Amino acid sequence: MNQEQKNLYRFLVGLADDSVVLSHRLSEWCSNGPYLEEDIALSNIALDYLGRARMFYQYAAQIEGKDRSEDDIAYSRNEREYTNLLIHELPINDFAFTMLRQFFVDVFYCQYLEQLCQSSDSTVAAIAAKSVKESRYHLKRSEPWIRQLSEGTDESRSRVLDAKTELESFVGELFLMPEWEKSLLESDIAVDRELIKPDWDQYVREFLTGSKIEFAGSELKISGGRNGVHTEFLGHMLSEMQFLQRAYPGLKW
Amino acid sequence: MQKVDDAQAQIEFDRRVADEQKIEPTDWMPDDYRKNLIRQMSQHAHSEVIGMQPEGNWITRAPSLRRKAILLAKVQDEGGHGLYLYSATETLGITRSEMIEALQTRKAKYASIFNYPTLNWADIGAVGWLVDGAAIVNQIALQRTSYGPYSRAMIRICKEESFHQRQGYELIYAMAKGSPEQKEMAQDALNRFWWPSLMMFGPHDSDSAHSAKSMQWKIKRETNDVLRQRFIDQTVPQIEVLGLEMPDPEIKWNEEKGQYDSGEINWQEFYEVINGNGPCNHQRIKHHLKAHKDGEWVREAVRAYAEKQQAKKAANVA
Repeated sequence: MNQEQKNLYRFLVGLADDSVVLSHRLSEWCSNGPYLEEDIALSNIALDYLGRARMFYQYAAQIEGKDRSEDDIAYSRNEREYTNLLIHELPINDFAFTMLRQFFVDVFYCQYLEQLCQSSDSTVAAIAAKSVKESRYHLKRSEPWIRQLSEGTDESRSRVLDAKTELESFVGELFLMPEWEKSLLESDIAVDRELIKPDWDQYVREFLTGSKIEFAGSELKISGGRNGVHTEFLGHMLSEMQFLQRAYPGLKW
Repeated sequence: MQKVDDAQAQIEFDRRVADEQKIEPTDWMPDDYRKNLIRQMSQHAHSEVIGMQPEGNWITRAPSLRRKAILLAKVQDEGGHGLYLYSATETLGITRSEMIEALQTRKAKYASIFNYPTLNWADIGAVGWLVDGAAIVNQIALQRTSYGPYSRAMIRICKEESFHQRQGYELIYAMAKGSPEQKEMAQDALNRFWWPSLMMFGPHDSDSAHSAKSMQWKIKRETNDVLRQRFIDQTVPQIEVLGLEMPDPEIKWNEEKGQYDSGEINWQEFYEVINGNGPCNHQRIKHHLKAHKDGEWVREAVRAYAEKQQAKKAANVA
């Protein structure tokens, strides 16, 4: 791989890690949701993110050119080698936390992927084009949920507010540009996350103001994911996810 | 007066059932027909929903991204079947929350097979191949059931179930042809799921409490024993293709009958599990109750929000 390919590889694996980790979290709701409809819906969204992860991993494997598979990348790296942004790995907590995280990332992906559709790399652009449609649909679900929970009962509102306090610490990282991603700006492969930040802030603030909730903004507070410095939660997730591949290495399933 | 009307309606109902016409929700039907359907259909819906637990048990541990996607999609299908069947049952004048309460208070049953645990990855294959396979044999017959909404639900559900069955077989095939450890897991899964799958067809016809009436009303179209034999006959050659050992040493081709002979089911175990003493009966209901309880504040918030919106609308009109 030349330097640009190395940068592209890291960029793609980061996006894939974001998706696979969030997919894992969402799938934990299966048979645990407040309605059967939510079990189905959250599994569906988990499936969308899983599909996204697979497309990015497959393309990363192709760029790497070492004849590795999507599973080799997903199942054989430890937590220090995973480069997802931290917001995706946080536990599901309660339904308010899960849905507020979805709302935050849905708004982000709607804006970010729309830009990424313009990538000069046609594969990246194609994956973004497919994924942005999914995210628009996800947002159509997360918005009414946040509205209902924010204005429903005292309990539901206080749960939303608690979730907001925690998630506010993690949203800033969505707009962080690591060096390798920055270098892909010159060739128009990547898009500048920092430029999206004002729009994201404005959208989220306006929406939450509708339910009389103050929003501080997406100032960077906690980061480390892209450099493999995670919360304690990721290691447990990976030991569960990778268990069979680790216990019986090299087998086909 | 009422009695004369009922008697006439009964004649008309019997004629339609005899003529293979479907009974629809707004049609007159005998009380026992309605009760019998509610019992069977809600039990079917609960089975789909409880079945999400043993399969969901492996979603986060699926050994490849492709397998994870397939399993996630499958479990989501099962949830969809549950939803569809609850709605179909509601056409008989019972609400979903009443049905769920009956499940949680253990008045309603669900397929006993889901009281067995999924212990290794091959079990996910066995659930698709054997459990869904047995369910399909049952459900194909039910496509011709006399109650319209149930019949239509079965037609739709069978399509997805046959896809599930194929993915289950493909999963276990990959393991049976894989490493010695994988083959051992496949054999172990087959051995554990074989007998409970045969039990899915219910007791022998002579011991089945609801069979005779259900057959007469054409809710049920074929007997437990006939369906069970059909399942054995279609599955034994599939075991041979896998190269696994037969889970029942008495399985033998009977030339004269043109079907396989097999050993007797352990009926004591069957009744034990039905009566709450399977390995996972407690776990399944507790899991369902916990999810329900944990979600109460969400449902409460949804109701409160709807009421507030309603009040706002009313205030605006005034």
